[in-house]
Amino acid sequence: MTGPNRTLRALALGLGFAFLYLPIICLVVFSFNASSLATSWSGFSLRWYGELWNDKVLLSSAWLSLRIAALSATAAVVIGTWAGYVLARMGRFRGFSLYLGMVSAPLVLPEVVIGVSLLLMFVEMDGLFGWPGERGFFTIWAGLVLLCVAYVTVIIQSRIRDLDRSLEEAALDLGASPVKVFFVITLPLIAPALGAAWLLSFTLSLDDVVISSFLSGPGFTPLSPEIFSRVRLGIKPEVNALATLFILAVGTCVVIAHRVQRRKEKELQ
Amino acid sequence: MKLAWREFRPSARTLAIVPPYAWLVLFLLVPFLLVLKISFADLKFGVPPYTSLAEFGDEAVNLTLHVRGYVLLFTDSLYIETYLNSVKIALITTFYCMLIGYPIAYYIARSAPAVRNLLLLGVILPFWTSLLLRVYAWVGILRNDGVLNNLLLWLGVIDSPLEIYRTDLAVYIGMIYAYLPFFILPLYANLVKLDLRLLEAAYDLGARPWQAFLRITLPLSRPGVIAGAMLVFIPSVGEYVIPEMLGGANTLMMGRVMWGEFFTNTDWPMAASITVVMVLLLLVPLALFQYSQVRAMEQVREGTR
Repeated sequence: MTGPNRTLRALALGLGFAFLYLPIICLVVFSFNASSLATSWSGFSLRWYGELWNDKVLLSSAWLSLRIAALSATAAVVIGTWAGYVLARMGRFRGFSLYLGMVSAPLVLPEVVIGVSLLLMFVEMDGLFGWPGERGFFTIWAGLVLLCVAYVTVIIQSRIRDLDRSLEEAALDLGASPVKVFFVITLPLIAPALGAAWLLSFTLSLDDVVISSFLSGPGFTPLSPEIFSRVRLGIKPEVNALATLFILAVGTCVVIAHRVQRRKEKELQ
Repeated sequence: MKLAWREFRPSARTLAIVPPYAWLVLFLLVPFLLVLKISFADLKFGVPPYTSLAEFGDEAVNLTLHVRGYVLLFTDSLYIETYLNSVKIALITTFYCMLIGYPIAYYIARSAPAVRNLLLLGVILPFWTSLLLRVYAWVGILRNDGVLNNLLLWLGVIDSPLEIYRTDLAVYIGMIYAYLPFFILPLYANLVKLDLRLLEAAYDLGARPWQAFLRITLPLSRPGVIAGAMLVFIPSVGEYVIPEMLGGANTLMMGRVMWGEFFTNTDWPMAASITVVMVLLLLVPLALFQYSQVRAMEQVREGTR
């Protein structure tokens, strides 16, 4: 009796998923198009994958982005886990509202606000201490860490909240120090969430245009600002090829992660 | 002696709280206060391209607050129009995300658990693939010689291509597309926890399905709707990438105008003033978002007790 209406359900989900996936399918299909127009089909070809392989500018910015993304994801997981643990386990402390507001602000604040405010801080810092000098690797990294920490904190704090507290309490009763309990009990229990948070931070960092553009200097153009400057004026088929490879990589990772998680859940049951 | 020393030592709890707190203050609060400061500076030729507020001279500290940016922002019709337009676009985007996202979240939450996980993965997957590339996909679809127009021409629905690319309509499509998962996910998390016995009780008492929905499901899902709506509305107001890629030259949005002042005109004080006004405009929605988060956390806390 409480079951939903089948026709309406099929309609809502069918249309909704078509809306979400049709653009992605178009992107992939036209990456194999022979014509450079990229909007009308003129035969199957791997031409754009070849051009992508020979595009030194795009490849070097991709390499730069991969390094920055790996480093910012790692730092974001460390800081975000700490921040999430504080949010989940420390109860209400003085300044809690400000803490909660600050930690979740980058989730919703327009990225231009984060980008410009960090840039102005680095400029002022440079004026005061003569550091960090030219904008580049470090400044982009710091900006992306700030963005990713917000996402990591949300993931980790909800995971820690779901944990059975009795395990940690038992260890404390047996005389383990709180730090040891965190590393020996809590951390292994939330390991899958840490992995998911790292991957999400990694893809968010790769994808970011706005913060990276504000915080990058001459000679340091990460992948997304490079792609953005190419496609803001129209279609670039080699970007379709890059997108297809990216979607393939992300899709594989997410599906494998999902499978592993499902298997673990079944084992627990 | 030993006891007295211990009193000065911060507790383990303080030691745990202070580092992330300090990091957030340094990288979020301080930078924003600097934006506030520079919004009162004046344009200067050099590095950095703005004046400092306090000058030492004649044995006095001269504090000069320039309000040029703010005066322009509240008198120049271009800026006022930009604000209104940004809020309008964000509101319409949020409305359509609700309209499209609510049924999707609702039916996913009501599916059998095995199917539910798969459908949820389907919503999360685009979220993981690059937003920039997904917005770029719409360029290929909406252009005059794009996939949509080619399809409609071939079907004979239209005789000449529709002008969608580089209009406000394209911006709406792109924004709704990009932000839809942000609305679905928090709403789903809320709907999936709904106690189905409430609905059964309503049916037993003779309620029709739509009555049960309007009087039970909808009111109980309000926190999820608010959280999702804020996750869509707040970033939409300052969105830069989507209007730049899909919108026309006259699609005025704050993020775009600020970007222009900063990079094209190198007018940093003006860009800072726009940023300050943008954040002030977002304070109420931000507070709403925080409130919904605190409530969600408290509900979890009560649930575990």
